[in-house]
Amino acid sequence: MSETKTINPQIVGKVFTSDEVFQVGRERIREFASAVKATHPIHFEVDAAQAAGYADVVAPPTFAIILAQRADAALIEDPDSGIDFSRVVHADQRFTNHRPIVAGDELTTEVHVDNVRTMGPGAMLITREEITTVGGEAVATCVSSLLVRGED
Amino acid sequence: MALSINFAELEKGQEIGSRTISVTRADLIRYAGASGDFNPIHWNERFAQAVGLPGVIAHGMFTMGVAVQLVTDWVGDPGAIVDYQTRFTKPVIVPDAEGAENPATGGNQLNVSGKIGALDAEAQTARIDLTVSAPDIEGNLQKVLVKAQAVVAFAH
Repeated sequence: MSETKTINPQIVGKVFTSDEVFQVGRERIREFASAVKATHPIHFEVDAAQAAGYADVVAPPTFAIILAQRADAALIEDPDSGIDFSRVVHADQRFTNHRPIVAGDELTTEVHVDNVRTMGPGAMLITREEITTVGGEAVATCVSSLLVRGED
Repeated sequence: MALSINFAELEKGQEIGSRTISVTRADLIRYAGASGDFNPIHWNERFAQAVGLPGVIAHGMFTMGVAVQLVTDWVGDPGAIVDYQTRFTKPVIVPDAEGAENPATGGNQLNVSGKIGALDAEAQTARIDLTVSAPDIEGNLQKVLVKAQAVVAFAH
């Protein structure tokens, strides 16, 4: 640790937008599904997904974490935030899936800093990532509680 | 799609099943690659110990992601899971395999079981409460996820 960082409570309410478009591909869905030991054919076979009424292979319920964590990097790297990533512990996670993510989706993520609560030498940070299609359709809302441990 | 479960037949408290899931060093490397989460506490013993952990631990999101497969397989449609949340309470230690053994062996075991925690007849949703535990470094079973709840929509 080169220097002690202290989380800045003034970041509450800050919104991080990005022009980055996440192109959801079949192989990424299949890789993620394999990594969480999913076996349902809807994740892997286009025919099975289409027979079930989906446009293409369907992502597992926690797939949005890929986009949420990529977008959180903008917050953690923001020099104003004062967050030392090496001291971050994932405390809580929630996904509200407005509709399943399927291959072919083009998604963008907006990060909202909803709360910062100091806890002794550390802090609890609540971020919300709103994931939408490039056309503006709501796809998923992720809420993460991150415990930033203080110096021991 | 047509779900494998009839909502009207469900009862609060009903068990949906249980399973054990192995978690090895190879699983964590695969999850790191698939998710993009390359935090070294999930794959490097030296680094994990240097930051005060007993050793390499699983990504919380790995545990959350594998646990919900019980619900997916029960309902028959991953797209029916409209809400899923958990609190991460204890780390899941993932010991390396011994000696020249394949790193896809050894590791640890997650125990996952689920039951119906609530039913909403108007919204046609069922909340599945998951219990997820794993042995700690002393071999004592610990709840690693708490308030792990998945909401399944039967009309969507």
